[in-house]
Amino acid sequence: MTAQTLEIKRSSASLWGTTTGIRTLPTVAKYIDTTTCIGCKACEAACQEWNDLKRVPTTQDGSYQTMPQLDADFWNLIRFNEREVDGGLMWMMRKDQCMHCAEPGCLAACPAPGAIVQYSNGIVDVNPELCIGCGYCATGCPFDVPKFHAKTSKMSKCTLCVDRVEVGLEPACVKACPTGCLNFGEKEDMVALGNARVAQLKTAGFSEAVLYDPKGVGGTGVITVLKFNRPEWYNLPADPHVPLLVRAWKSILRPLGVFAALASVIAVFGHFTTYGPKEVVGSDDTLDRPRRDDERGPQ
Amino acid sequence: MDLSRRSFLKVSTVGSAVALGFDLSKAHAEMREFKISRTTETRSICPYCAVSCGVIIHTLGDKSKNATASVVHIEGDPDHPISRGSLCPKGITLKDDINNPNRLKAPKVRRPGSDKWEDISWDDAIKGIARHIKDTRDRTFVAKNAKGQVVNRTPGMAMIGGCTDTNEFNFLQWKAITAWGVPYRDSQARV
Repeated sequence: MTAQTLEIKRSSASLWGTTTGIRTLPTVAKYIDTTTCIGCKACEAACQEWNDLKRVPTTQDGSYQTMPQLDADFWNLIRFNEREVDGGLMWMMRKDQCMHCAEPGCLAACPAPGAIVQYSNGIVDVNPELCIGCGYCATGCPFDVPKFHAKTSKMSKCTLCVDRVEVGLEPACVKACPTGCLNFGEKEDMVALGNARVAQLKTAGFSEAVLYDPKGVGGTGVITVLKFNRPEWYNLPADPHVPLLVRAWKSILRPLGVFAALASVIAVFGHFTTYGPKEVVGSDDTLDRPRRDDERGPQ
Repeated sequence: MDLSRRSFLKVSTVGSAVALGFDLSKAHAEMREFKISRTTETRSICPYCAVSCGVIIHTLGDKSKNATASVVHIEGDPDHPISRGSLCPKGITLKDDINNPNRLKAPKVRRPGSDKWEDISWDDAIKGIARHIKDTRDRTFVAKNAKGQVVNRTPGMAMIGGCTDTNEFNFLQWKAITAWGVPYRDSQARV
């Protein structure tokens, strides 16, 4: 096993991870520049190859997009968004994949201890051994990423190639990208790269250019340069948040439930010490049935 | 073992407390292995287009005597000056090309007028090609053009190089086709 370089920062349905706080690892991030993506799908193929995912039948929906949405066996999808802007056709490819949020909604929603973890470098991963396949992570995800795998009855999604990253390599998709619209490195460096590119685009006349790193989920481990500040044009939520119900369940209802359970145990104990054991009114002798051997006292 | 109801409850309570106390999270951190940590790496060139991207072929086993290697993974060669590690979707799926059961591994010939491909040995194939080259050259050789200038052309043939051809191979190929007088030539080395 090789993952000794990574510690777990957060673990689903657990109060804390295993981070000791002694070792510090930089938060990593993937940079996606939608303006230089040519839609060649090398990243899609690289993802399938590295993760040994089975071939998913593709669909023809009138565009070059491989399939309508992500699949349990297809973790990286280039969305071919077409839109007319100022009378001209804009083809806005966007790499759809797990965003590796700093505050992951999937992890918050997951009821299985340790099934979804966030490593100390920020990567969010599903542990198939502990996943119970309930699908709650899908409801917690504002980007609709985790998918249920019918064969394994587990959830699956992009791992940001944690097996590569932990040994010092870049994710498979980033390595393959022939135009260099993908990049990988420390989050700070990627944000700097994104800001520089946004500034460049603004000089080139795209005044709406923006770096998509939504604060609603604490920032993401996958940051995207958009030519227009209209995330919905790219199938991205404008202001993603972890659903209120998920947050309420985890931060209010669950602690309340634990408190209620403990309080009832204490109350029962208190009742016992104060009033003594419960006494049955009447006796078994009054029952009209033959007594068992162990019920028969000395006579 | 004599186990009364009371002692069973005691044991199971203590047992579950111990089980809950175990910290499993250490094990969770080690759930994905680096699948190519012990493969044999071989540098090669993608065979598809003229860009000639560098690839690293990962094969199973360490080339020891009793190990039969098979291709388990292919990715870009970061040290290759042309592609520097990147690959296109065709190149990145080379593994499936190599392991494809329909992959052509030996020469085949479709004779004139035939509607099917036949197996042919390398020796016969090379001999046959040499025969065709000689015959075609003899038949179509143009020593002088309409103006009477010496041109020594063989316009009946063309030569197409492959993207995995090395400089040395291209040198020999160029020498040969120049000697034959073939004017239509493409070495694929255009990048």
